[in-house]
Amino acid sequence: MSQIAFLLNGTPVRVQGESPTRTLLDWLRDTRRLTGTKEGCNEGDCGACTVMVTDAEGSRALNACILFLPQLAGKAVRTVEGITGPQGELHPVQREMITHHGSQCGFCTPGFVVSMATAHLNGDTDHDDQLAGNLCRCTGYAPIIRAAVAAQTAAVPDWMRADQTALKDPSIFCPEISSGGGAARAGGADSPLGAAYRPTTVDDLAQWYADHPQATLIAGATDVGLWVTKQLRDLSPVAFLGGIAALRQITRDGDQMRVGAGVTIADLRRAVAPFHPSFAELLRRYASEQVRNAATIGGNIANGSPIGDAPPALIALGATLHLRRGQTRRDLPLEAFFLDYRKQDRQPGEFVEAVSFPTHAPALRCYKLSKRFDQDISAVCGAFNITQDKGIVTAARIAFGGMAGTPKRAVQAEAVLIGRPFDIAAATAAAEAMAQDFTPLSDMRASAAYRLQTARNMLIRYLHDLGGAAVSVLKVRA
Amino acid sequence: MSIGKPLPHDAAPLHVTGQARYVDDIPLPGDALHLAFGLSTIAHGRVTAMDLGPVRAASGVVAVLGPDDLDTMPDCSPSAHDEPLLATGEVRYLGMPLFVVIADSHLAARKAARLARVSYESRPALLTVDEALAANSRFEDGPVIWQKGDCAAAIAGAAHVVEGRFEVGGQEHFYLEGQIAAALPLEGGDILIHSSTQHPTEIQHKVAHALHLPMHAVRVEVRRMGGGFGGKESQGNALAIACAIAAQRIGRPCKMRYDRDDDMMITGKRHDLRILYRAGFDDAGRLAGVEFTHLFRCGWAQDLSLPVADRAMLHADNCYHLPNIRIESHRLKTHTQSATAFRGFGGPQGMIGIERVMDHVAHTLGRDPLQVRLANFYRAAAGATGGASPPGPPEDVFRQKMDEGRASPPAGVQTTPFFMPVEDFIGHELVADLVARSDYAARRSAIAAWNADNPVLKRGIALTPVKFGISFTLTHLNQAGALVHVYQDGSIHLNHGGTEMGQGLFQKVAQVAAGVFGVDPAVIKITATDTGKVPNTSATAASSGSDLNGMAAQAACVTIRDRMAEFIAGKHQVRSQDVRFEGGMVRVGGEAYAFARVAQWAYEGRVSLSSTGFYATPKLQWDRKAGKGRPFLYFAYGAAVTEVVIDTLTGENRILRADLLHDTGTSLNSALDIGQVEGAYVQGAGWLTTEELVWDGKGRLTTHAPSTYKIPACSDRPEVFNVALWGRPNAEETVGKSKAVGEPPFMLGISALFALSDAVAACGDGSVYPALDAPATAERVLMAVRRVQGHV
Repeated sequence: MSQIAFLLNGTPVRVQGESPTRTLLDWLRDTRRLTGTKEGCNEGDCGACTVMVTDAEGSRALNACILFLPQLAGKAVRTVEGITGPQGELHPVQREMITHHGSQCGFCTPGFVVSMATAHLNGDTDHDDQLAGNLCRCTGYAPIIRAAVAAQTAAVPDWMRADQTALKDPSIFCPEISSGGGAARAGGADSPLGAAYRPTTVDDLAQWYADHPQATLIAGATDVGLWVTKQLRDLSPVAFLGGIAALRQITRDGDQMRVGAGVTIADLRRAVAPFHPSFAELLRRYASEQVRNAATIGGNIANGSPIGDAPPALIALGATLHLRRGQTRRDLPLEAFFLDYRKQDRQPGEFVEAVSFPTHAPALRCYKLSKRFDQDISAVCGAFNITQDKGIVTAARIAFGGMAGTPKRAVQAEAVLIGRPFDIAAATAAAEAMAQDFTPLSDMRASAAYRLQTARNMLIRYLHDLGGAAVSVLKVRA
Repeated sequence: MSIGKPLPHDAAPLHVTGQARYVDDIPLPGDALHLAFGLSTIAHGRVTAMDLGPVRAASGVVAVLGPDDLDTMPDCSPSAHDEPLLATGEVRYLGMPLFVVIADSHLAARKAARLARVSYESRPALLTVDEALAANSRFEDGPVIWQKGDCAAAIAGAAHVVEGRFEVGGQEHFYLEGQIAAALPLEGGDILIHSSTQHPTEIQHKVAHALHLPMHAVRVEVRRMGGGFGGKESQGNALAIACAIAAQRIGRPCKMRYDRDDDMMITGKRHDLRILYRAGFDDAGRLAGVEFTHLFRCGWAQDLSLPVADRAMLHADNCYHLPNIRIESHRLKTHTQSATAFRGFGGPQGMIGIERVMDHVAHTLGRDPLQVRLANFYRAAAGATGGASPPGPPEDVFRQKMDEGRASPPAGVQTTPFFMPVEDFIGHELVADLVARSDYAARRSAIAAWNADNPVLKRGIALTPVKFGISFTLTHLNQAGALVHVYQDGSIHLNHGGTEMGQGLFQKVAQVAAGVFGVDPAVIKITATDTGKVPNTSATAASSGSDLNGMAAQAACVTIRDRMAEFIAGKHQVRSQDVRFEGGMVRVGGEAYAFARVAQWAYEGRVSLSSTGFYATPKLQWDRKAGKGRPFLYFAYGAAVTEVVIDTLTGENRILRADLLHDTGTSLNSALDIGQVEGAYVQGAGWLTTEELVWDGKGRLTTHAPSTYKIPACSDRPEVFNVALWGRPNAEETVGKSKAVGEPPFMLGISALFALSDAVAACGDGSVYPALDAPATAERVLMAVRRVQGHV
């Protein structure tokens, strides 16, 4: 199984002899000469390379610049060329983009068109969120949003549904070609793609990774992709986890929710929204639509970034991390996983299998502070979760990203809050104590002083927030 | 008439379908090679050893060129011949190209470029304004100083004085399409260049120079850019030169495309600067005298820094009559990227200084800043209606100091700090209109009430005006050419020296041409800018594109039309001026013929249906050294009201609403003009809010990708965004009586900074001025909040 097959603008294609870390963008532009898909940043931050990828679970916008070819096995890819109908008919979003003057230099436009057409297909009308991952430097966005709104009521063209229909018929891919099913073993010297391991069960992954602890595991590739496109690293051997359905499961057991490592941020956001609206709002601001559709919670935790957004919220919730190596499983509190800057309590060959957390935490509030509201990395990300009984704080979990080399709890501040009412005096005293919890760094996102000041102020905000005061500039209307 | 119609961008159908072709999309022969630069990793010092062996040995590498491999080092500078293609011994900024890799793929070139083993002898780098000042490291011998009136005396005699220090950040262009060029070797050593450039003639000139060829041996073609904003005025030179040299040496097509991080590390950005100011004023806030010191951080090479800094001085007045002013401008040389052109070209940096003074003065007096601004406005233009002319300060000083022998402006006309009469000032009526449209006064009161009820969040509002001078300040650049062909089937081929970077220039000029011939613009084929068709062009810059090229194309079209008219009039025994071209028809002597038919007849009648056109801007006369004269044909005006909200606990801030009113003269295409105004506002607001460039202590730019450098995203645009054009005809004879629109509305974004300042001021008791620096990131807003609250 040294080939992969997928649909490209409705036509089955087979790919072989490519490096497993060749990006879809390079392949489209250089090999297929489909130059409508543009490279703007080569790191998943501008959206000029947006393509629509469809599988059994639906259609979503993804960044082709950090999407490796093996991730597409058995799926359908639609580029801007395929957003136009087979007879050259304009898609409603294309028509409205012309009518509303939504393009100027035109370089970002194909990416916008694909994002808009995907949202249109899915019936999504939260345009600012759908398009947060598409940067435009010319228009100021207003005409693009006008176009998106105008296209909302138009019918979805037939060809936009064709991929979902076609994928239901497995015979579209020649039988000898892997369409994503069946574990593909490393091997096939004649075929670099064969060097990519694509397990379909967790057991297979566990065994293989224990045997190949030096390997790179690739799920959404929103971080690993940059190791290739920016650091120009050779990642081999690699394993692609997208074929493991079990890792994408979300289950509930009593008041606990268990989320598989392969669950995307987009799916996690939907899952937690009914229970933890503040966490869901934090995830709304996690990168962009394209990145949320690819990035997984396992990757977000396992890469150990001090500024990953989900870990502070999960730590504040008291999440448990489920690790696995071979047949050995172990659980630990999420905060214990993060040992030091980019150093985690993870053995060679061990991987994150799932994370679980309580569904009940009415006082959970998550605050993300970044230079830009959407698609930005946090300067400080604070998550607060206190429990009160008869007006007295009985438990407190406060965790921050961006304040230390790892996501970290503010244990001194928590201690100050316990056993007293949560009032301004308590909040102020706890805020003072944060100086013992954290010695943040200065970098291009914020100064150390600002980080400490705002971490403290977030506790004051939390007090106002629980009290019902307006604390978010995002909720103010003109 | 096609002029004025809100037609979509001519390439919009190509844009939305992915068919619009950019340089990287042009199919090249299969043997094409790809280039990448190896970059320095220190800001200042000497390369003591450079082992390129591992680079040459890397997979896919065809050749590697270091400084020793070139007989003469090509120069990339548009001005001072101070930009070697590769560092020759001395490293002058972190990111400076040291060598160039030529490989069989883009990726192979990038990978190999990282394999060099370079040893350096580091030297102390001058990174900041203070370090450069202390070392007297600068371009030109000393500061440029312009004066009008007696500033010191005026300030000394004023009832009130404010002074301050204002840091204003730079800005990355972030054109979505990065820098790129491709070179194809032709017969006899000639070369064809495809470049994403605003200045094809400059590319032609620099490539010819590098290859030791006459300019006729180099042809440069530009169909479109994926954004320019000034960043492709000079910054594409290095890529085109490198490709041309490689193509000439190896005999294969060569392409070079900067990866985004390389692009941001190598190329120049908007100049950041520090502005020092001191102003004396009366109880009404009228300025008696003001002093500015501009401390520009220009980077390692001169590039366009001198005219940029000049233009800042030329906009130090904005809309305000300043009879006593002194401007001192330092152009400091630092070991950082060479700052370059960026939309506004120094104008925003100059203008924001006087807006800061207005804000500071108003705060000191406890007045609405709008009242202080209006009190200082230039007198209304003679023909202008609707605006009440303020009394204005006495003109005595100005009259005393007016140059001997210089014609006095008409009575009552005030002059700029550079003694140019301001005869077209429409600020009073335009602002009055905007105040009404935006409901400014009522909202200001409502905001004060809202702030009283909200302990954590505060709102602010500000109105700032714009007056922007139109013309290149290097007078000889104010010329343009066009080439128009009418074919025998009536189709029309249009070419001119301007480049298309999204602004809609091609469509506007096509509409002008269609208007002359009385045909539908669809009849006209807009063709790629080509140095082989129109020579000796100026950069598409300074907002001049449609002013210059529209006039040149109009002249070419009129020449052909007149020939056709004369021909057909002769056939009908009527006067040629009685021939009418309209609605796709030619009307003559009671007959009406299709335009194509007349073209066919004219061809058969052996009439030339091809013509060049030329235009040179009139009335300009400018002495840069003295700072006196008329550098501009006219001014473009505008004003904006921005409302914001800030979080006093974190400094987070958002624009809630913006109301813009912008002067486009009689718009050539209102849809394209509104697009320019909206886009420019958001870009201007981005400059002053989220877009922060950060260098570390070693001179390394740490914000070199969109992951760390944050241009406005979709949700950052104002949720309520009202944009209107002030469409009264230009008083000057411009094409269709229109006005330039590319740069002026960028400065409407300044209102966002002062709305934030207003919100910050609401956090204190009025005793401390916010003194909010730019960009007003959440961090800077919080610092200012804490300052006015007395915490700092």
